[in-house]
Amino acid sequence: MGTNVLEPVQEIGFQNPNEHGYYGSFGGAYIPEMLQRNVAELKEGYLKIMAEPSFQEEFRQLLKDYVGRPTPLFYAERLSAELNSNIYLKREDLCHTGAHKINNTIGQILLARRLGKTRIIAETGAGQHGVATATVCALKGMECIVYMGEKDIERQAPNVARMKLLGATVIPAVSGSKTLKDATNEAIRDWINNPVDTHYIIGSVVGPHPYPDMVARFQSVISEEIRTQLLEKTGSENPTHVVACVGGGSNAAGAFYHYLDELSVQLVAVEAAGHGITSGMSAATTQLGKSGVLHGSKSLVMQTEDGQVVEPHSISAGLDYPGIGPLHANLFKSGRGTFLSATDEEALEAAFHISKIEGIIPALETAHAFAALSRLNLTPNDVVVVCLSGRGDKDLATYMKAMGL
Amino acid sequence: MSKLSEVFKNKSNNVLNVYCTAGYPQLDSTLAIINTLQANGADIIELGMPYSDPLADGPVIQASSSVALANGMTIATLFKQLRELKEKKAAIILMGYMNPVLQYGFEKFCADAAAVGVDGLILPDLPEYEYETEYGAIIKKYGLDFIFLVTPETSEERVRKLDALSSGFLYAVSSSSTTGNEKDFNAVEKYLERLQSMKLKNPILVGFGIKDKTTFSAACKYANGAIIGTAYIKALEGSTNVEQTTKTFLEGILK
Repeated sequence: MGTNVLEPVQEIGFQNPNEHGYYGSFGGAYIPEMLQRNVAELKEGYLKIMAEPSFQEEFRQLLKDYVGRPTPLFYAERLSAELNSNIYLKREDLCHTGAHKINNTIGQILLARRLGKTRIIAETGAGQHGVATATVCALKGMECIVYMGEKDIERQAPNVARMKLLGATVIPAVSGSKTLKDATNEAIRDWINNPVDTHYIIGSVVGPHPYPDMVARFQSVISEEIRTQLLEKTGSENPTHVVACVGGGSNAAGAFYHYLDELSVQLVAVEAAGHGITSGMSAATTQLGKSGVLHGSKSLVMQTEDGQVVEPHSISAGLDYPGIGPLHANLFKSGRGTFLSATDEEALEAAFHISKIEGIIPALETAHAFAALSRLNLTPNDVVVVCLSGRGDKDLATYMKAMGL
Repeated sequence: MSKLSEVFKNKSNNVLNVYCTAGYPQLDSTLAIINTLQANGADIIELGMPYSDPLADGPVIQASSSVALANGMTIATLFKQLRELKEKKAAIILMGYMNPVLQYGFEKFCADAAAVGVDGLILPDLPEYEYETEYGAIIKKYGLDFIFLVTPETSEERVRKLDALSSGFLYAVSSSSTTGNEKDFNAVEKYLERLQSMKLKNPILVGFGIKDKTTFSAACKYANGAIIGTAYIKALEGSTNVEQTTKTFLEGILK
C-alpha cells in the first residue's frame, strides 16, 4: 500500500467502514463494471431502507415471531465450574433453521423486496445459509436459486434436500475446486447476467461494500440482545470476553458488533486450524493468508505465491473458506481482536464434551469456539459470552463417524 | 504516442482485438499464437493472465484459465515468454484480476510489463476509486494505457468519467453479462449508438458476444472495432496446430 488514503482512520472506530467500504486497509468494492449498477443501488439504498420505521417494524416482528428471538443467554454452570469462571452461551442454535444465518437472510429478503427484486440467488457451503435463504424465499414467495459446489452437494445431502423441500433450485458449481468459493463465483456470475430483477443474498460479512457492513448490521441483533440480557443477569452490559468462531465471520461480527469500540471487552475469534496451522490442510486465514482481493473485497486471503486462491481445509464446512471478512481482517491487523485457532480434533473433542456437560450438541463450527476457551486463562472474575452459533444436528454424520458408530 | 493510439490512428474502423489466455492450450503456445495473430490481421492482442477465480469470465474462458494454471503459467513466466518475442506488430495488452497482480507487486508488475513491450492493461476488478487514489499514477508512470469497461447499465455520467480515466480505448461490454454469453445482438445496437453519439475521447471496442464475421461486422458499424475471446478459445480447444487453427479462425472473421 503506497499512499495513506486507505490507511486506518481511527475516528470511525472498528464498527463502521468508511464511505468507500474500508475497515482500515481492508474492504472496498473490487467488482467488474457489470456489477456496478447492482452494488451501487445497494450502497445507496441499504442504510436508508434499513432506517425506515416500516422496515424495522417488519424485521423486528419476523425476528420475534418467525425466528424466535430474542434467543436466550444461558449461564453454563458446569462449564463455568470447570473453567473456574463465568461462561454464558448466546443460544443462536435455537433460531429457526438452527443457526444465526437466518438473521441476515430475513433482513436481506425484506431489503430485496423494497428494491423491487423478484429473484433471489445465494451461495452456500455446508448448506446452512442456503437453507436460511430458501426459508425466507418460501416465506415471502420469491424465486430462489442456490449455488453450491458439486463436492458440497455430495457431502451435504440432507441440506440439499431441505432446500429443495423449501422450493429452491440448487445449481451445482462445477468450476474450479467445486466448493464454497466456486459457488460464490457462480452466484456472482449469475448476478452479472441478471442485473435488473435479481438480488444476491451473501451469507457472510464478505463480498464488495456494502455487503460486509450490511450483513454485520443484520447480525448485530446478537450483541444487542447480549447487552440487555447481560445487564439483567450481572448488572453490567459488558462481559470481559466475547468468543466466536470465524470462517467468513458473520456470527462473530454479530456477537462483537456492539462491543467493537468498547475496548475493555476482549474479542476472541477462533479460526479452523484443520489438521494444524502448518499442515497444509488448514483454514486459519489470519495465520496463513496475505492481503489480497477475493470475491469483491480486499482482505486476508489464503493464496499461493503467484496469487492463486488455495482451497482451505476444515472438518467444518462453515469455516472452510480461504478468506475472512474485512472487518475481522482489520481487527486482526490492528490487534483489537484476539485470533486463536482450533484443530479438527480439538473441535470434535469440544463438541462431545459440551454435549455431555451442558446437554447441548453444538455445530462443528461453534465447537471451535468452545475448544479455545481453555487457552484464555480465565479467572473467577471474568464474564465470558460464547456465541453458540448453530446446533449440531447437521453434523451428526461427522460426529457418528468420529464416535465409531 | 502509445502503440494503442497508433493502432487507432492508422485504422479508425474494423480494429480487431483477439483475446487468448496465456499458457493455453499449452504453456508455450503464447508466442506462436501472438506471431500468427499479428501476421494475419489482429491489430491488438489481449493476453489473459490466468486466475483461479475469474468472476467476470464465462465458463469457456474460465476453463482455459484452469488449463493454463495447470500448465504452470504465471505472470513471471508470461513476462519471460514476451521477452523472447522478436517482432512486435500488434499492440499487446494484458487482461487479468487484481489478486495475482497485487501478489506480484503492483509497481513491479507495471515496470516489468512495460519492459517486455506490453502496451496496456485491463483489470476488470480494479474500481475507479482505487484507480484514482492509488494505482492509476503507477500505471501512468510506466507509460501503460489503462482500459475501463462500460456496459448498457452504465449511466452516461459514469461512461464519461470512465472514458476520461481510460486511455488507448474504451471497452464496451455489449450486454451485462460474463464473457461468452450469446444474447441478441440487435438489442445492443441502441446502446452502441448511444455511446457513439456521446463523442467520447477514446475509440470504442465492443466485446462479449462477438463470435464470427457477422457479429464482428455488426459491432464495427457502431464502434471502432471489436474484441473476440470466447469463440477463439473454443477454436483453440483440442487444437494440435495452433498456427493453423489461428489462421483459419482469422480468415473466418476477416475474409
